[in-house]
Amino acid sequence: MNIESVLRALLVAGFIGLIELLCRTHVIPQSVLIAPSQMLTHLVSVVSAGVYGKDILFSFTNIAVAALLAIVSGFLVGLAVHSMPRLRAALEPLLASYYAVPTFIFYPVFIVVFGVGHGSIIAIAVLLAVVAMITATLTGLDRIPGVLRKSAAVMRMSRLQTAWRIELPAALPYLFGGVKLAVAYAFIGVIASEFILSGSGIGYAIAFAYNNFESDNMYALMLLVLISVTLINAALNYFDRRLQARRQR
Amino acid sequence: MTFALKGGSVEPLRVAPDTRTPHVTLSQVTRSFKKAGTKEMFAALGPIDLTLNEGEFFSVVGPSGCGKSTLMDVLSGLARPTSGEVMFEGKVITSVPDGVGVVFQEDASFPWLTVHDNIAFGLRRSGVEGAEVERRVAYALGFMGLRDFAGAYPAQLSGGMRQRVCIARTLVMQPRLILMDEPFGALDQQTRLLMGDELLRLWRETGATVLLITHALDEAAMLSDRVGVMSSRPGLFIDMVETGWDRDRDSRVVSTPRFGEINARLWDKLRVETMKVMGARH
Repeated sequence: MNIESVLRALLVAGFIGLIELLCRTHVIPQSVLIAPSQMLTHLVSVVSAGVYGKDILFSFTNIAVAALLAIVSGFLVGLAVHSMPRLRAALEPLLASYYAVPTFIFYPVFIVVFGVGHGSIIAIAVLLAVVAMITATLTGLDRIPGVLRKSAAVMRMSRLQTAWRIELPAALPYLFGGVKLAVAYAFIGVIASEFILSGSGIGYAIAFAYNNFESDNMYALMLLVLISVTLINAALNYFDRRLQARRQR
Repeated sequence: MTFALKGGSVEPLRVAPDTRTPHVTLSQVTRSFKKAGTKEMFAALGPIDLTLNEGEFFSVVGPSGCGKSTLMDVLSGLARPTSGEVMFEGKVITSVPDGVGVVFQEDASFPWLTVHDNIAFGLRRSGVEGAEVERRVAYALGFMGLRDFAGAYPAQLSGGMRQRVCIARTLVMQPRLILMDEPFGALDQQTRLLMGDELLRLWRETGATVLLITHALDEAAMLSDRVGVMSSRPGLFIDMVETGWDRDRDSRVVSTPRFGEINARLWDKLRVETMKVMGARH
């Protein structure tokens, strides 16, 4: 572990410790925020009792499906757009300003189209995540040295073989950046959609706990989201580092 | 004349090429490009007439931007000539034909594959049987001095070693025509001389026809049976120099008076062309 990592861990631990201290000394009232140790204890107890089992499964299924759809469709769209320079030139300003649009304003449309439940939640999450993957695919394909495509031509590879055997692995480090963003956006999209579009899921459970003054449950679920995001991100970063380490010249 | 391997052995067959048989023929080949942002065309190459005989080592020298790499693209089938035709083994080339291997100036190793898998890539893709793939790769690793690096990734190798990986990847496919575009451009002078010796050894052992594009006159003079000097754009052959070396030559020819004479003749022609290019830039 390098100095920067230690410093980062100390900062996070220090912040948690400070919140713990402020809560324990009642500087922050319990009605506002419960101590992190209490959040963790309560989280362990509700998860082991299976209180939120269905909500957790609902959310993680939605996140997995949305991330997968965004990654696959984003890659395919990116591949298609990359092969059509004129279309790309027309689309690029739209892609660049895409995240200025608050996607959630379309939630009534999705309810009309997909109804309340998995469909509309996944649709919003995909909408939020897909452009990150398209952009990463375009960047990745741009960065492939021309000589690799020439090598494929010399080996008499078809367009499809070149895409699968050369372009995909060559662009993989950039695509993985897109995968990381797509997963993060899918997470945000699903949890946030559940606040307004769902009768189950972690987002819905947090909103329900808030409306019913169940602070313990609310903070435990928020902690669950934070821990999940951190673990998923750490796992993706681990694979990303391994991928990059092979290629750094 | 190929890099064929005897069953169970990893030794290459030594077959003397018939150096009088035409292997590649370019007839009135030209290549033009559209000027960026206009409909105007400019001629990059030709018209060129050239015949490479089987087993010949032919080098091309010329000033920067004269169309050497364009010539290689057309010869390999990576690009079509604007007019004229290129024939390889009696057939007109319309795409990259079977039996042609290309070594590029840039690093073309696949960074996601180990040295072993880089070299085996084309063989596996062509459906060569597993044991044969291993035999050929083992031979190429030994031949190119990469045996200790079979499991390494290109990122862990020097520029020269990566270029050797690319050469090995080309040679294991047993090409009958090897096209090389400044393959040693990124190497220092000493390494280039030694790589030149290795290339001559490969050429002798495989019997392939070699076309080498280079900026280095001494490299062309040392390695080739014949050197073609190209003019500034549009590239045309303005001189053909027969070196007269025997097939068993190596880098020690650089200390002979003949080497100096060849170099002087090449530079004599190239100096004028290079000055034209520099004059056009100022």
